[in-house]
Formats: sequence, structure tokens, C-alpha cells
Amino acid sequence: MKQYETVIGLEVHCELATKTKIFCSCTTAFGGEPNTHCCPVCTGMPGTLPVLNKQVVEYAMAVGLATDGTITQSCKFDRKNYFYPDLPKAYQVSQLYLPICQNGSIEIETSSGKKVIGIHEIHMEEDAGKLIHDPWEDCTLVDYNRCGVPLIEIVSEPDMRSAEEVIAYLEKLKIILQYLGVSDCKMQEGSLRADINLSVREVGAKEFGTRTEMKNMNSFKAIKRAIEGERKRQIELLEEGKPVLQETRRWDDNKDTSFAMRSKEDAQDYRYFPEPDLVPIEISDEWLNAVKAGEPELRDAKRVRYLSEFGLPEYDADILTASKKLADIFEAVVDLDKNPKEVSNWLMVETMRLLKEREMEPEEIFFEPKNLAELIGLIEEGTINRTIARDVFEAVFTGNVNPSVYVEEMGLKMVCDEDAMRITIAEIVTANPQSVEDYRSGKQKAMGFLVGQTMRAMKGKADPQIVNRILKELLG
Amino acid sequence: MDITKLTALSLGQKIKEKEVTVKEAVKAQLKKIKENDDTYHAYITLMEETALKRAEEVQSLIDRGELKDSPLAGVPVAVKDNICTKGSKTTCASKMLENFKPPYNAEVIDRLEAAGAVIIGKLNMDEFAMGSTNETSYFGAVKNPWNVNHVPGGSSGGAAAAVAAAEAFCALGSDTGGSIRQPSAFCGVTGLKPTYGTISRYGLIAYGSSLDQIGPIARNVSDCAALLEVLAGYDAKDSTSVKREDYKFTEALVNDIKGIRIGIPKAYIGKGIDQEVKDGILKAAQVLKEQGAIVETFDLPMVDYAIPAYYVIASAEASSNLSRYDGIKYGYRTKNFENLSEVYKKTRSEGFGAEVKRRMMIGAFVLSSGYYDAYYNKALKVKALIKKSFDEVFKTYDLILGPTAPTTALELGKNLSDPLKMYLGDIYTVAVNLAGLPAISIPCGKDSKGLPIGMQLIGNLFEEKKILRAAYTYEQNVPGIGYPWEGGNQ
Repeated sequence: MKQYETVIGLEVHCELATKTKIFCSCTTAFGGEPNTHCCPVCTGMPGTLPVLNKQVVEYAMAVGLATDGTITQSCKFDRKNYFYPDLPKAYQVSQLYLPICQNGSIEIETSSGKKVIGIHEIHMEEDAGKLIHDPWEDCTLVDYNRCGVPLIEIVSEPDMRSAEEVIAYLEKLKIILQYLGVSDCKMQEGSLRADINLSVREVGAKEFGTRTEMKNMNSFKAIKRAIEGERKRQIELLEEGKPVLQETRRWDDNKDTSFAMRSKEDAQDYRYFPEPDLVPIEISDEWLNAVKAGEPELRDAKRVRYLSEFGLPEYDADILTASKKLADIFEAVVDLDKNPKEVSNWLMVETMRLLKEREMEPEEIFFEPKNLAELIGLIEEGTINRTIARDVFEAVFTGNVNPSVYVEEMGLKMVCDEDAMRITIAEIVTANPQSVEDYRSGKQKAMGFLVGQTMRAMKGKADPQIVNRILKELLG
Repeated sequence: MDITKLTALSLGQKIKEKEVTVKEAVKAQLKKIKENDDTYHAYITLMEETALKRAEEVQSLIDRGELKDSPLAGVPVAVKDNICTKGSKTTCASKMLENFKPPYNAEVIDRLEAAGAVIIGKLNMDEFAMGSTNETSYFGAVKNPWNVNHVPGGSSGGAAAAVAAAEAFCALGSDTGGSIRQPSAFCGVTGLKPTYGTISRYGLIAYGSSLDQIGPIARNVSDCAALLEVLAGYDAKDSTSVKREDYKFTEALVNDIKGIRIGIPKAYIGKGIDQEVKDGILKAAQVLKEQGAIVETFDLPMVDYAIPAYYVIASAEASSNLSRYDGIKYGYRTKNFENLSEVYKKTRSEGFGAEVKRRMMIGAFVLSSGYYDAYYNKALKVKALIKKSFDEVFKTYDLILGPTAPTTALELGKNLSDPLKMYLGDIYTVAVNLAGLPAISIPCGKDSKGLPIGMQLIGNLFEEKKILRAAYTYEQNVPGIGYPWEGGNQ
């Protein structure tokens, strides 16, 4: 069999986290009763006019700068015309001729090393509404809440060659967007979604093969499977001597296969032309420099700082900075005078364990950093031991409880009364003559057993070191 | 005294002096409309109830000593039916929006109300402002008050006819390619299209967004200037709105044009113009000369390309602007459909008239893949060149004088069969829109059939005051053409 190479380019749609929509003052908040986050402007009522939200331009500029792109200082909007019920004006205001940013790039790292992925352009546009089918009434309803929510579309060059590279690109992009604070990147809410353009060609071939497009992918897992599935499908066609058709396909992740939606012949003519209701955007050098100056610390810089400023191991710095949310919590807790490595351990071990167990993303963490700081304080003071602390942390993670109050209410404080401990330990010694004998005959393991029995009897609320000392005294 | 025959400013004065109450004015106006509008058909919707209620509110404001600096306080004003009025039907003279009541006001409506004007009704027009004769209205054609067998012009035909027939003291029109000026010429009234961006388009239902501009239509230059002063102003809701330094248009009402340089483009009085119209313009030029203006003819290049460029650009924008009327959200929806595609096709086939469909199809064609550069892009280049050629002209002349239309009012019922001929009637007006310039049409005599002739004065960007000054001076030094009710051929 011939060797094939996969060629992939991505169009990533990212919803911007502005408070208001791109052309009116309606909220961009997710959810809400249908058609409550809209007004005559975003529903395209006759005679209404758009007014550009400046924040959208600044966010788009920030992304362009962070991906080493050239900002188009004189750019404009165009209309993309097509009929669909979720598009109330029957055109989407977008950018075709002069997108806000061109010629950017992102460096990714995969098992085969570092690679630069080109970004052809970034353009600004408005989101459409949502159709909801009502099976009961057998009718389709339209919700315009999402209409006019600002999006940027980040169009890569066809530079990726595998699902691994695609995922690395998307992860890197997501981290950049989150660090810039321009998007919450919640894939399950559709605030980050990708169209995958994929073709295959024989290794060494100069020309690209015919590509297909899979639209609106919103999970990394599905993207990975879709790429592998579509690669296989195209190679099979070529092996059978059949052509790959240029078409839009829909990936069905449940059926693990893609379906043709529409061919190139059915492709719509969007009749793009400059949006006459908006004036061209002129980005002055001052404005551009102000946005540059306002750029927050991005991940790579933060990683370096964690090594030098906090003396964290590289491994810790990598994991903590992989999510802006984790990094934010880390810094907030350290700011409350807690030992950086101790804080890092709580985030890397317990937090990661709970995230995995509950299939959550770091962005969904909602406990306040001060509660983790307080928990660490309780350990430092000797109020609770580490075993108990893990249970308390789970309560903090789950319900953002105040650790001191929780420890008090649940009676989790360590027992400090040595006389009472001595009585309990004496009882354990009496009840386990075999272990006592084993210990005395030199079996160190027996000591561990007796400590364990004591901790159990005291419901974990003892300092294991003190238990050890008393036991040794009693066993003489 | 027949109140309705007063000018808007003199009515405003009489209201201030308590000679006339606002309610009397509104009632007189309503009565006149009810008596005559079966003949002229200038109105689509009469806002009797809201107008009477509003009359009382405005009266009490005036009685409390408010609205002192508002010369049009209490004056009934009529509005073209493509300008949104909150809670009142705004139809664009289309079946598509036959029952559409916008939940918002156009910016100009808010401005009129703040100035104490009383909105009396919504005026007939060509469907979606597409037409030059008012015959494309879904609600039926408007008749010219000077001769009911003739059209009033379009697309603001209802506005010009209402003002000429004393069915309105003054009115709001809109002008995309001549839609204020040409009907003003046909009906013997005064209409001004301001510099693009001077009056907010918020709430004006779009035809060609880059060309559309609202403007006043009135019985004389002073009323026009006073109404313009109320309407003009920067509006943050319209991104194409312009912040101007000077909005005091009435200051330009001075009877003196000594030394003003006026140029007449040779092409504007050359081939294709009706001889009587040409004579009218040359006579008017003589009057201006006698008042001290320097008047000469010159060559204006590029104007031959104005009509094709205009119809390409306006139709392209219209094809996009009117796509929202799809039967999904508001407006007309077909009764019988099987699927989404049928909702669209039938709704739009049944809801739009022939002229609107023609322009949307032209527009969709010129924007389509493979034709964009040959048509739309080329039209944009022509537009830029026309602008440039006007820039050159205004280095030499203060104003351009010419006819508003090549003929006087056309006969009813003889125009729609030959759209190309109808489009050619816009020859003197469209270049002004392409260049974004201000221009006025004022009456300058009548032809042998007794129909008014309109002359057009075009100024450079933001030079409405020069236009108003020259128009006012002309008006002060001629006897005027009178009014239809004084002897119009009915």
C-alpha cells in the first residue's frame, strides 16, 4: 500500500467574552429564556443599524498580536448573504476583504518535536441564533439570544499533518485565548468550535489532494476521531481508484463516521460586499500600542517565572500553567503567604485527581483560593493532619466550604490530650498481644499495624508522630 | 382663515401667539386630508388618535412656557412610510410590511417630538422607495395635485403631493437617487437632500444604505431650513452619522447672493431635456444673475456613468437589505407552504411588487461570484471618480445649477412598462447621492400644461447653507408658482 500524508487546516470560531454583543448593548450571557437577550438591532428589525463594540476590535487585536500576526490597521466589515431562519438579517456581518489580522503563527510541540503552524487570518464576525425543533408540536422555533454575540474566526494554513498536531494547536490556541482573557473557551457551550479541512496525498506529492470540510466540532476527543475516520475514508476511496469529492461533511461521533452534507456544486454564493452601515475601522498606532502594552503575561513567560520566582520544578510549572484557572488559583493562594511548593502539591495531586474523577475541566473549579490557603494553614498549625486534610479539601473542592468551620462542625481536630491517647493506645496494646510479641521479636511491620489500629480507633484525628512515640514508650 | 394654507413657520408663530391652538391646527389638517385624500391618495395611515392626544400634550407644554425656541412646536408634520414610528404602521408601501408596527421610533421621529411637532400620518411612496412615479406602491398610486392625471414623482410622492395639496404643512421624505427632489419638482414644492450623514438613518427602512438620506419637503425654503434644523444632528446609533460644526441652517435665509459663483453643467441643459424645462432653468439662472451671482456653463465629466453606477450600487445594497423580509419573523408570510424553501420563495414572490423584485435580482446578479468585479466593484470606482469630479468643480463654483428632472410630471399609467426610460429620468439627481452631496429642488415656473418645473441647486459637502441662501434669494425675487388650490388644473 502507498504511504499517505494527511493535510489539515482549521477554522476555529471563538466566542469573545465581551459583556455586550458586537453591534448592540444586549448581554452575551449564555443561557437565558429564549429571545430575552435581544433587541431590534440584533434581531435585524427594519431600519435598525449596527454600532461596533470597540472591545471586540481590541480582543481580536490582542489575539492577533499574541499569535505574531500583522494587524490590518485599516480594516472593514463585509456582508455575507444567505437565507436561514437563525440569521434574522439574512446576512452575517463578517470580514472577507480586509480581515483584522493576517500572517500569524503558533509554535506547537508534539512527540516529534516543535513545529510552527501558520495562521492565514483572523476575522471578526457576529454569531447567529439557534433553531430548536419541538417534536411535540412538530415545529421549529428560533432563539435569537446568540445573535450578534461576537466571534473571531482563526483560519490556519494547511500546515497540520496529524490529529496530534491538531490537538496540540487547539490546546495552545485555547491557552492563549484564556490567558488573554478574551474567551472562556467553553467547548461544551460552543464558545470554541472548529471546522476541519482535511485532504490526503501520497507522501512526496507536491499538490494537495481534494479536501473535505467537517463543521462545528466542539470536543477534542471527537476532533481526534473525526480526523482519523476521515483520513481512513479518503485513503480507502483513493485506493479503490475513486475520487474524493469536495464537500461539507458532518461527523457523527456516535456512529464514528462522517456523512456528506452538501457538495461544492451546491455551495452557496454568499455575494459578499462591504457593509455600508459601518464605517471602516482605522486602528491608529497609539491604539495598537495601547493594546500591545496591555497584553497580560502569557503562558511561556509565566512558566519561566514559576521556575525562577517560586523555585517550582519544571513539571509543576508545566501543569499549573497549562490552565489559566489553575495558575490564577496558585498565585492567589501563594499571595496569602503560603509555601509555593505546598500550594502546587495541592493543585497537582488532589485537585487533578478530583477533576479527573468528576470529568471536569480546570475552568469549572469554583472554590475560592482563600479556602485552600486556610486549609494549608490548619495543617501548618497542627489543627488537622494530612489525612484528614485530604477529606477537608474534597469538601472545599465540592462545596467551597470554609475549612475551619468545616473541621469544627465535623469534629475533625486532632486530639492533643496525651493522657487520653495513652489510655486508647494501652487498650490497643492489650487487645493485640501477637503484634506486641512480633514487634518485640524485631518485626518493624507490627509497629505500623499498631499505629494504624490506633489511628482507626481515634478516627484519624491523631498526630501519627505522637502515636508512634507513645507506642514506643509503652512497648519499652 | 384656512389654517392648512399657512406655511409651517407662520402656523408655528400663530400657535405661539395663541391665535391658533395646536388642536385646531391638527383638526384642520385632519379635516383637509379627509376631504381631499380620496383624490390624491397621499396617505397610507392617518394617525388621528395619537395626533389629537399629542396636540393636547404639546399645547400644555407651550402653555407652560416650554418649547419657546422651537419654531415648529405644535405644527403637524407628515412622514414618509419608510420611517419607523413606534406602535404605528410603517409599511414601506409594501404588502410585505402591510401590518408592520415597529416597537421603536426612528431617530428623526424622536427629534420631531422633542421639537414639539405633531406626527399626523404616514405618507404613500413607491414600494420600498423604489420608483420615480409612486406607481409601485402596493396601496395604489398618488395623484399629482396640479393635475390628477399626472404622477407626483417618486419615491417620496406622497410627501410632495401632501405638501402641495395642503394635506401637510411639511413632510419627511427620503432620497436615495432623487426621491425627495424629483417629486418636489413634479409637485411644485421645495425639497432638500442633505449631505450624507447629516440626518440619522436610524429607523429609516433601508433601500441603498450608502446613499439613503432623510430630508425635509415644504412649501418654501424657510420651512425647509427650519425642519432641517430639527432633523439634523449627530446620532451615535448611526455609524455613518457625521458630527458637524454648524447646524444653524436658518441663519442662511438671507436675501443676498452677490458674488456667488454658480455653474451649470452643459450636459444638464443638453440632449434629452424637455425644452420648456430648459427654458425654465435658464430663466431662473437669469434671476440669480440679476441678484449678483456669477453664472456660467461648464463641462462636468463622468455624469454619463452616474445612472448605471447608481442602479448597480443601490440595487446591490437593496438585494441584501431586503433579504430580511423572509416570512420568518414579521411581515407577510405565505399561507401555503410545505417546507422552508417554499416559505422563502412564496413569501417573497407574493409579498414584493415587480419593481422591487427587479432591483433585488439586478442586485443579486451584480454581487454574484464572477460578476462582482465587472459590476459592483466597477460601480464603486465610478462612484469615486464622480466624487472626484465634483471636488474639482467646487474649486471653481460655489453651487451647481440645473434641472431636477428632464421633464415635468409624467402622465399616470404610462411609465412602468419601460423601466429603463424611467431610470433615465433620474439623470440629474443620482450623481448627487453617489457623491454624498447636498441639493435642493425648488419650483421655477410651470410648463404650458400648468405643471411645475423644478430647479436643482447642488452644493459641496456640508454646504447646505450656501444652497439655502441661494434658494431663498431666488424665492424672494420671483413671484412664485402659486399653489394647486389657487388654480391647479384638477
